[in-house]
Amino acid sequence: MTAGLDTGSRPSTATRPAQGWTMVCRSADVPVERGVAALVGDVQVAIFRTYDGAVFAVGNRDPFSGAYVISRGIVGTRGDAPTVTSPMLKQVFDLRSGRCLDAALDSEVTLPVHAVRERDGFVEVAAAEGSG
Amino acid sequence: MQSEQVVVVGNGMVGQRFVETLLARDTDGRFAITALGEESRRAYDRVALSSYFDGVSADELDVVAPGTYESSRAALHLCEQVTNIDRGAKEVTTVSGRVVAYDHLVLATGSYPFVPPVPGRDLEGCFVYRTLDDLDAIRSAAAAAAEHTHGRRAGLVVGGGLLGLEAARALRLLGMSPHVVELAPRLMPLQVDDQGGAVLKRLIEDLTVTVHAGTSVASIVRDGDRMIATLGNGVELDLDVVVFSAGIRPRDQLALESGLAVGERGGIVVDSTCRTSDESIWSIGECALVNGKIYGLVAPGYAMAEVVADRLLGGSTEFTGADLSTKLKLMGVDVASFGDALATTEGALEVRLENPVENTYAKLVVSDDATTLLGGILVGDASKYASLRPLVGGPLPGDPVAMLAPGGAGVALGPGALPRDAQICSCNDVTKGAILDAIVEHSLTDVAGIKACTRAGTTCGSCVNLLKPLLAEAGVEVSKALCEHFDASRTELFERVRTERIATFSELVQRHGRGRGCDICKPVVASILASLEHGYVLDGEQAGLQDTNDHFLANLQKNGTYSVVPRIPGGEITPEKLIVIGEVAREFGLYTKITGGQRIDLFGARVEQLPSIWQRLVAAGMESGHAYGKALRTVKSCVGSTWCRYGVQDSVGLAVDLELRYRGIRSPHKIKAGVSGCARECAEAQSKDIGVIATEAGWNLYVGGNGGARPRHADLLLTGVDTETLVRTIDRFIMFYVRTADRLQRTSTWLESLSAGGQDGLDYLRQVLVHDSLGIAAELDAAMELHVGRYSDEWADTLADPDRLRRFASFVNAPGTPDPSIQWTPERGQIKPLIAGPTVEVVR
Repeated sequence: MTAGLDTGSRPSTATRPAQGWTMVCRSADVPVERGVAALVGDVQVAIFRTYDGAVFAVGNRDPFSGAYVISRGIVGTRGDAPTVTSPMLKQVFDLRSGRCLDAALDSEVTLPVHAVRERDGFVEVAAAEGSG
Repeated sequence: MQSEQVVVVGNGMVGQRFVETLLARDTDGRFAITALGEESRRAYDRVALSSYFDGVSADELDVVAPGTYESSRAALHLCEQVTNIDRGAKEVTTVSGRVVAYDHLVLATGSYPFVPPVPGRDLEGCFVYRTLDDLDAIRSAAAAAAEHTHGRRAGLVVGGGLLGLEAARALRLLGMSPHVVELAPRLMPLQVDDQGGAVLKRLIEDLTVTVHAGTSVASIVRDGDRMIATLGNGVELDLDVVVFSAGIRPRDQLALESGLAVGERGGIVVDSTCRTSDESIWSIGECALVNGKIYGLVAPGYAMAEVVADRLLGGSTEFTGADLSTKLKLMGVDVASFGDALATTEGALEVRLENPVENTYAKLVVSDDATTLLGGILVGDASKYASLRPLVGGPLPGDPVAMLAPGGAGVALGPGALPRDAQICSCNDVTKGAILDAIVEHSLTDVAGIKACTRAGTTCGSCVNLLKPLLAEAGVEVSKALCEHFDASRTELFERVRTERIATFSELVQRHGRGRGCDICKPVVASILASLEHGYVLDGEQAGLQDTNDHFLANLQKNGTYSVVPRIPGGEITPEKLIVIGEVAREFGLYTKITGGQRIDLFGARVEQLPSIWQRLVAAGMESGHAYGKALRTVKSCVGSTWCRYGVQDSVGLAVDLELRYRGIRSPHKIKAGVSGCARECAEAQSKDIGVIATEAGWNLYVGGNGGARPRHADLLLTGVDTETLVRTIDRFIMFYVRTADRLQRTSTWLESLSAGGQDGLDYLRQVLVHDSLGIAAELDAAMELHVGRYSDEWADTLADPDRLRRFASFVNAPGTPDPSIQWTPERGQIKPLIAGPTVEVVR
């Protein structure tokens, strides 16, 4: 990938294998306990790596603010759950299920969860249908 | 089984609460509800109506719980005033001709404003204060008045009760000078006594509201574009707008026409179950005459809604009267009234405390044997309301005089002293017992959980401070622990990192914590590491500790873009730099606004644009302003002795020096400073964490000031010192604060915390900073020297580092592609964010 100063570059041509996997970046591009955003088709995906090296992918849209910022949240844990905190209003989401752990007791707020895997030093995502 | 049809006439706060309560309790799906509202808007918060002029939108005032009308069990029809009830056929007809059959009919038609029969009351420019439409009309009239009236516009509010003073606030927010006319000899005659009314009048008049009590409006006549109101006492007022807010009358016309029993002075007659003279028809809220009484507050209306919902489901609840306690902030003036405030109970005794210096008044009403608290009034300072009100009806916990004294010396007034049946939240009728049960039953661990579960604290918010102690009482440990990952406080962690020379988060969490951190502890640890030997942390493992603002060195805004603030030391800037800022804003299409800290904020930068923007600014000799950090923000200054006829010292020069000295320092919370060149204090230094005011004899140093939600004037620490002494003391003040304050604790609350245990916090601080009573002055001085010597601009550093630049990508697989969700709409010649799609309501 190119550095941020080069704002004119075009999207890299993503390869989409038969199974629906899209290669999005090198494994090294997803730093430990930080996230990146990726564009898979027209779906915005937030990809994270937790401290143990595992990779997770959820929707990049924060359902509380409507802004596409989840990838910029702080990665951590709550109990045993790996989590990301929305940088906007600080709700915490479980990276495994996408479930918001801070929503009102009687409501269910979840981020879409996308399949993600690492192969040959690259990160691949299969975006769930109809999610943004 | 076919469901029973419930029709609710009126979609105000009470009608809506009834619908939600019945839906929640009717777990078998027995009822189908049709709600009919007359207004074009569904239920909104009428209690907070004046906040509409604070910029709160109609949507934000909406009180309908999400999902209420999305199932087949409840439907809402707006603009459907009910015009007829056919009690024989059991159906209602609306203004549009819609006919709806009912098994149970609930009349929640509310009230209308009473307009006294004053000649001229129908003139254009006369309004009532009841609905959002009324407010829109008042706003239009105010705008029209601005066109033709030179100078200050004026408005008259007829009625000095609770709602009248709210209306006066609204006029003030519209830029008018309000007058208030009240027939009774005092303001808020139903809530406060004469003595309290007099204090309230003084406080309100300090806010440029003119109070005319004990008189009425004799006539209103038009005079060209304006109006002249003549009062009963002969005073003539020249006005743009008149608002009638002289009480309410129940809307009982529909009931009257259908032959239901109606009170002599209005109101739909209901029994203690809220049932009318027709057993299929109920009435709740301000239209209902319960036991001969009309209740014009929302809390009793909510209680009636509960009663009817319970009765329909076969329960046996009765409406037994309501707590008419009130606490409100009128234009910043606290007023509270609770229980038998006017001492109408036979033999009641009153204990009064008036402080004419502070302009406060407090009164407790106690039983004739001085054993039971009956009620009270608080004017000017209502901070004791939350702890006193739940004690009404119970035994006095101590000497009433001591209870009124500042600090409540020696009398336990916390919620711990309350019995289980004490009502904590009067708006939603939630008792202490109900909250304690909910904490146990739902394993609640925080205030947000209590609010979501019980509704306590969600309406007026005055009881929120009582909720946290209840967690402790229920056995939930409210500890000083930073979060679930660390049992220690920020101050304790700071000392451990310092003494054990810990350099990374991983090391710290392994030794003193558990898990992998969260958005609370990680930024705290980043700040501690930055304050100690490690400098500002942005690389390697530490990068993951930073909140998004610190990570991207810019301020996140609501649509995911960032704002950029270059440092403008002391608010002094050359024309060349101003031009560059303007050019950058124009080139990148940014929204620009002048900040309160004498600099310029550029909004709407996408993450991938940030480095290019900084590059332009850095090339022109500018640097990061650290607006994104818990760090020194600005040192504001007046123009000082260089230009000002009154200035006695060079305030700009000192402000520039101080800002450059402390720029980039990381602290528990933001730090703001100000320097004024003379006692006229144009830099508002006394509202800053660090304030300096020039005198003929030298500098005066103030510390611990604060604007914002809880303003505090700074305390005078040093008088008439030279620049060297001044700077050395500020160095130590900042470093001592950085070391010992808690997470997100401003210097104001930190300073107050130093006063704990009866010691004089300011004097203690003086001993530590000036006389080195702790023997740490050399350490503090060295820490500041280290900071000053090590400073470098974070923007320039980032531009020079290809690894860091990599994070400024919109998408990892399309780094230059703008986020397509970011959309703008024009407003006043600049951009404004557009957010697409529905969002989830945030429970606060």
